[in-house]
Amino acid sequence: MRKLLFESLIRLPLTEPPPAPEQRELDALAAALGERARRRLGRSLAIREVDAGSCNGCELEIHALNNAFYDLERYGLRFVASPRHADVLLVTGPVTKNMREALERTWQATPDPKWLVAAGDCAVDGGCFAGSYAVEGGVAAVLPVDLTIPGCPPRPVEILRGLLALVAPLPAREATRGATS
Amino acid sequence: MPALIDLLLEGRRVAAHGGWPRVRVEPAIWRFAAEQLGTGHWTLLGLWGEAGERLAVHLALLDETQPGAAVVSLDCPDGRFPSVGQYHAPALRLERALHELTGLEPEGLPDRRPWLDHGRWDRRFPLGAPGPAREEAPYAFLQAEGEQLHQIAVGPVHAGIIEPGQFRFTAAGETVVRLEERLGYVHRGVESLMAGTDLARAAQLAGRVSGDSTVACALAFAQAAEAALGLEVPPRARRLRVLMAELERLANHLGDIGAVCNDAAFALLHSHCGVLRERVLRAADGAFGHRLLRDRIVPGGVAADLGADGRAALAALVAEVRRRFPRLVTLFDETPSLRDRTVGTGIVAPALARRFGAGGFVGRASGRGFDARRLPGQTLYEGLAFEVPVLETGDVDARVWIRIREVEQSLALIEQILAALPDGPLAARIEPAGEAREGVSLVEGFRGDLLAWLRLDAEGRVVRCHLRDPSWFQWPLLEAAIEGNIVADFPLCNKSFNCSYAGHDL
Ligand code: SF4
Repeated sequence: MRKLLFESLIRLPLTEPPPAPEQRELDALAAALGERARRRLGRSLAIREVDAGSCNGCELEIHALNNAFYDLERYGLRFVASPRHADVLLVTGPVTKNMREALERTWQATPDPKWLVAAGDCAVDGGCFAGSYAVEGGVAAVLPVDLTIPGCPPRPVEILRGLLALVAPLPAREATRGATS
Repeated sequence: MPALIDLLLEGRRVAAHGGWPRVRVEPAIWRFAAEQLGTGHWTLLGLWGEAGERLAVHLALLDETQPGAAVVSLDCPDGRFPSVGQYHAPALRLERALHELTGLEPEGLPDRRPWLDHGRWDRRFPLGAPGPAREEAPYAFLQAEGEQLHQIAVGPVHAGIIEPGQFRFTAAGETVVRLEERLGYVHRGVESLMAGTDLARAAQLAGRVSGDSTVACALAFAQAAEAALGLEVPPRARRLRVLMAELERLANHLGDIGAVCNDAAFALLHSHCGVLRERVLRAADGAFGHRLLRDRIVPGGVAADLGADGRAALAALVAEVRRRFPRLVTLFDETPSLRDRTVGTGIVAPALARRFGAGGFVGRASGRGFDARRLPGQTLYEGLAFEVPVLETGDVDARVWIRIREVEQSLALIEQILAALPDGPLAARIEPAGEAREGVSLVEGFRGDLLAWLRLDAEGRVVRCHLRDPSWFQWPLLEAAIEGNIVADFPLCNKSFNCSYAGHDL
């Protein structure tokens, strides 16, 4: 009984219906990112997520990247527990004044070379919290942002697409980083 | 024991207040109400202040013996009022926040430490007469003294994809002697942003208070506005609202059940629950055009209709979850290594849950069966059958089982709605009342009851709106639950509570 149960549980992802367009897009992303990431980052990109005042909606969709539908790790992307292990900080929220220092210190703790992605409308420009006494109004008001992913919250597939874009224009990126760090 | 009704007779009824009654009382009655809370009569639903044109504090109370709720208000022209926290501990953090936002002075408040204001804002008292910013000073965590105690400081940035907050553990070896939380890191100033805006913008903000409860927050706000304006929501819109609320509950509970198992190092259930959760979000997206159903509930009704395709997607979803979920439940039930972690861990005593008026799975796992969907006057669920599961053990295990049973109830509710969805308009027209109006509402979100109160001016603009997340009364219980447990079980306990930082910090 137990064995049967395990078997059927383990088989579940395999019994998925044929891939929808979204699924094919994901596969395409997997292929493209796999190649570029291999070139630049030894096939892996370690991401540290920082909530800098999010409503937690963005976190839900970032979490979803780990589920069996998106399975982030097959692209060589993975979330790490410490900024010291990270290549990328993925930041959400309008950067509340109360979180500013913690965000800055997390960024300082991330070793070079490093990239910063602002995910969600709030992180892009403060979103609907812009203008409040309690927020800085987006990540760029505090730290140099390499890439923004709009949406409230962005869909998991959009976040994935964004992370792909991050590793795409390499020569240009190197130049800007040199100037800012 | 005095009934809430009797208290109301002691005050002057405010005419233009919809939802439940609101009465203005004298300081002696205010103090009496606070003392009654302290002795265990009534339940605290909310405590907030306003320091705009008028200076007043408001206390929302629930009578669970003769079910009913009311708002009791005290005008405080000199900016001072008798502290409720001095009699009733669940009011402490609310009062600290109230003071920092409005500048009103709770006299006798035993805990004067800052709560939301970390000394980083550019002003003081943002909802009152703004003063110069507060000096930043180190936070004075409570002391725990004893031989061989050590402290562990965690946060505000945690190791996972989690919201920020600080936890200070004092431990004796492996055992937690005291946990103290420090929150406020994600304070965005939502209530200030709402002041002076129109209903549409305020509703948008309400839906972004706590992303995982966007439906419940938007619903609470919309119902408060409708109560204020005396609006009747059309039948189809009412049913669609319930549908969205139950989809939200379903998605969150599925996610939580998996996440608790994951924190007990049982990743298999996490994966499978994650798949089911994703299916719920995709079905919601297909049916209403947004995975989290954001901005789909608006004052007056709903902003999205359910078409034939959406209906089919939801019916397929229910069938799929009904097919898969029972096996996962059996697996949870029959895995001793997993249950060994959840049973007896992080116990909340029923008396404590009652005293704090803890809602949702935290309250129901500890014997408190209150459910805002059943509050008299709450008509949204009229004609729909559902049960409210209650357990007594109060441990991590019970909080998982409550969620499991609620998943089943939500599925049943969704089926009932799909089977008989009335036709008709999606929203009532909103007209300004031509006079100032107030309204209050209580909504059962996935983690418990959520309070919304607002005052509108004659043009229908928001003068003051207060939203109280269920987490306000659950965070303090987490501190109690972890006591005597090992540090390594904290993630498990924390996940079984899954309190909202954003909802609390506003
Ligand atoms: S972008 Fe939207 S979902 Fe993300 S934190 Fe802001 S309000 Fe929440």
